[in-house]
Amino acid sequence: MTNPYHPYPVTIRDIRTETEDKSLKTFTFVFDSPEDESAFDFTCGQFAMLSVQGVGEIPIGIASSPTEKPEVKFTVFNTGKVTSHLHRMKAGDAMGIRGPLGNGFPMDRLAGKNILIIGGGFAFTTLRSFIESARQPENRHRFKNIDVVYGARTPGMLLYRDELAAWEKSGDINVHITVDATDDQDWPYHTGFVPAVTERCAPASDGNTLAIVCGPPIMIKFTRPVLRDLGYRDEDILMSLENRMKCGIGMCGRCNIGRELVCHDGPVFTLAELNGTPGEF
Amino acid sequence: MKPIHIKKEAFGPAMAKAMETYAVAGPVPDREDAKRRHLFRCLEKGETPDLEYTATQLSPKALLFPQAETMFRFKVPSGGKKAPFLEAESFKERPLAVVGIRPYDARAFDMLTLNFDSKDYKDPFFLKRCHQMVRVGLADTTLKDTNFSTACGTGPFDTTALDILLAKTEDAYIGTVITAKGKSFAAAAGFEAGSAEDTKALARMKQEAESRMRPGPDFSALADADTLDLHGEDHWARLAFSCINCGSCTFSCPTCWCFDIQDEVTGNDGVRLRLWDTCMTDLYSAHASGHNPRQERFKRFRNRFMHKLKYFPDKYGQGIMCVGCGRCIDNCPVGIDIRTIIGEMNAKAAGAAKAAGTAKTGGTDKATEAAS
Amino acid sequence: MELNDTLRDIAKKLLEEGRVDAVLGFRQSSLAHMTEPFLATTAEQADQLVFNSCCRMNLAVYLTPDLFRSGRPESGKKSPRVAVTAKGCDSRNIVTQIQENRYKRDQVHIIGLPCTGMADKAKLLAAAPEGIDTITEKNGTLILSRDGKETVVSKTEVLQSNCLSCIIRNPVIRDEMAGDPVPELDMDSHPDRFADVAEIEALSPADKAGFFETLVSDCTRCYACRNACPLCYCPVCFVDESRPQWVGKTIAPTDVMAFHLLRAFHDAGRCTDCGACEAACPMDIPMRAFTRKTIKDAREGFGWETGMDLNLRPPLDRFDLKDPGDFIR
Repeated sequence: MTNPYHPYPVTIRDIRTETEDKSLKTFTFVFDSPEDESAFDFTCGQFAMLSVQGVGEIPIGIASSPTEKPEVKFTVFNTGKVTSHLHRMKAGDAMGIRGPLGNGFPMDRLAGKNILIIGGGFAFTTLRSFIESARQPENRHRFKNIDVVYGARTPGMLLYRDELAAWEKSGDINVHITVDATDDQDWPYHTGFVPAVTERCAPASDGNTLAIVCGPPIMIKFTRPVLRDLGYRDEDILMSLENRMKCGIGMCGRCNIGRELVCHDGPVFTLAELNGTPGEF
Repeated sequence: MKPIHIKKEAFGPAMAKAMETYAVAGPVPDREDAKRRHLFRCLEKGETPDLEYTATQLSPKALLFPQAETMFRFKVPSGGKKAPFLEAESFKERPLAVVGIRPYDARAFDMLTLNFDSKDYKDPFFLKRCHQMVRVGLADTTLKDTNFSTACGTGPFDTTALDILLAKTEDAYIGTVITAKGKSFAAAAGFEAGSAEDTKALARMKQEAESRMRPGPDFSALADADTLDLHGEDHWARLAFSCINCGSCTFSCPTCWCFDIQDEVTGNDGVRLRLWDTCMTDLYSAHASGHNPRQERFKRFRNRFMHKLKYFPDKYGQGIMCVGCGRCIDNCPVGIDIRTIIGEMNAKAAGAAKAAGTAKTGGTDKATEAAS
Repeated sequence: MELNDTLRDIAKKLLEEGRVDAVLGFRQSSLAHMTEPFLATTAEQADQLVFNSCCRMNLAVYLTPDLFRSGRPESGKKSPRVAVTAKGCDSRNIVTQIQENRYKRDQVHIIGLPCTGMADKAKLLAAAPEGIDTITEKNGTLILSRDGKETVVSKTEVLQSNCLSCIIRNPVIRDEMAGDPVPELDMDSHPDRFADVAEIEALSPADKAGFFETLVSDCTRCYACRNACPLCYCPVCFVDESRPQWVGKTIAPTDVMAFHLLRAFHDAGRCTDCGACEAACPMDIPMRAFTRKTIKDAREGFGWETGMDLNLRPPLDRFDLKDPGDFIR
């Protein structure tokens, strides 16, 4: 029997500071062994445990696309014990990754559909994984129109700035970037909160569009009525949850919402599924 | 099902013999000065399980799921050098026979197995021990008032989760061999074959013990009740008022499996441990951001009972996650009784079912009226 | 009139007259030897209140900011007034909590309970191994009945050990009494008051270490002792701190000992020896061996008895030139 708690040894290849307040960094890892690298076979929307010997583990959504392997990327917010340690680490440092974990986005369901992606703040990471994967020439034909609404507090708080610009330029997806406020006179994108921009820019659903929504609770709260008015059914709205986790494999108990375990039955749920739970997230 | 009959004076030597083949665990007095308390642990050579015990404050789950378990070892990385992750030694443990386990506690092992043996993931520590383990049960003839195991679908003489069942008589342990594993253990211990008389005596004792039990709680309405209705009832804050959110119930519960993962480091060497955890604490579900989906104390209390009585049955379809051992009732410092909680939940569920039934009948009446 | 009748009448009157929004007390649990802390908010519920020898918990634990916030929101009051039934020790913890600014004196209406001590759970169960259906108290005895059979035990024999050295059995502050005050034991200056502590003090350092290690060897760190303690109200307990982590989370002797020792030190000059920690412990660990030492030292070093007077400041939150130990000067 293999030990599912045993991480794969990895090395940090690159660390990039994403935001002006330096609270978010993207870590690029490479696996020390090629067998581990092929065993780490993930789909967009999954997460993994970043594992630092002597410090602990933390569940983080995979920010890179499977097409970017052998590298895997994680964008980490500096908040707790493990993440603050990670923020002090350097390229070349050794640590571990355990996963991939969770269900990920339902790629079969998404295939052949229009996709509306709505992201806010630093919850954009697994959405980047999906977008980066879907834009690849070998994948792009699998989806119809792809619209991305992504907002942050200020321009300096947007993740993946260069990529956002490149995506927009490429024209193969429709990108609607917004910030809550900016004093930049030349700001070329939207200003305003994500729900308002969604209302203005997002396509209505005729039942053939799926929405993927990741963001802070307040954004999700005000985006829901907008999507309802645009004709999205609860079963067509996908959300990715974060509850406190330890094992990541559905055994340690704590991430439960009713009978569902976020780490194993999720983290991706439809809004319809969540409506049927006690809502403890 | 072969009857066995072991004279009490032959039991110690039989255990010594069994220890040549098996590691043996069983109930022993915790300390000389603590007569009231027994605990289950692996026995040293020369020790014998004390089958005259009445109860243990903690369940024997630690034999499969120790309170602290090393999942692997590691070296702390330094100066950009590689630091390996090393396997734990617990994979090398000898097959264990637990002798004197209560039948309902053995049933709890099967419930724990549902968690640790999922379709996608196998917990190697728990499962290896569980698969190797021989369960030699001791029928509970000294039942506490708080035991409601028969109501939970097991009982003081339940054989479904055992390899051998023993029961204590005046001068002997009589019983029955249930499985092939049990047969091998009985052979290794040299248990003497019993007679048809022993089988009859066992049946008589079972009936006598079960008839002495207090009536258990009724949870018949819970299975069909709506989860969100049960969760949303207005009684939870009231029921949870006295709860001080300690881990007394969860730690003594044979079916509670939640765990925490922690790293411990000494010098350059570290271990990643898994430790029993309890859903009663704030820390259990608090996010790094400070947000906690179960911040209020009653929400944690509610989650525990909903998990045992609704989420688990819904998820696995194998009944409630409780064997009725009564330890949480005996150990609760503030007098909370799971039977009372079950009763309150069931009453709400039965009330809701009745109301729904009435509404339905009402509807039919109206339909009849309209038709006439 | 029986104490319980008086108690219920007082509670009903307070609730009916709207003088308080809730009455915090005990009610009978499903087990004869247990009671359950209970919040009565209606006169009808007040009928469930009891006081007997099984009210081991310290109700000051429940006097939390949450309770004062939420007592009875429909009354429209921002800070509801709560009545609490209090034994001598409970009242001393209420004094301590007021001194520590947990709440103000006028937020609690104290219904005093004259207390002759609590019966030790383990001793009761040992006296009636067959089980207990009901317990009746009469003239210093407890009658434990089971299926019609009665076992009579003297209350003194089954008392919790802290109650044997109790220095005040009637509440030190109260708004009214639910019964006549009981005579005090005059233990405060009794030569044997700290005999148990002296015995441990006399051990060699190695023996002391061994003694305490054995004492806590069964601890599962369920924290029932901490959560039953009216002193342990820190928003985050030091054992739960994770940034950085102060104490390991295992049941290894060092981790367990760190918890018990630090908790005892944190309770120095604050502990009233109410015994709730030991009563709550599912493993019957006599952890008062730690806190008793702090009580003795607070008395010997500072002449301090916890929670006896609202107007005094605890020794560890004030400075006095006459304080012993010149390291501070």
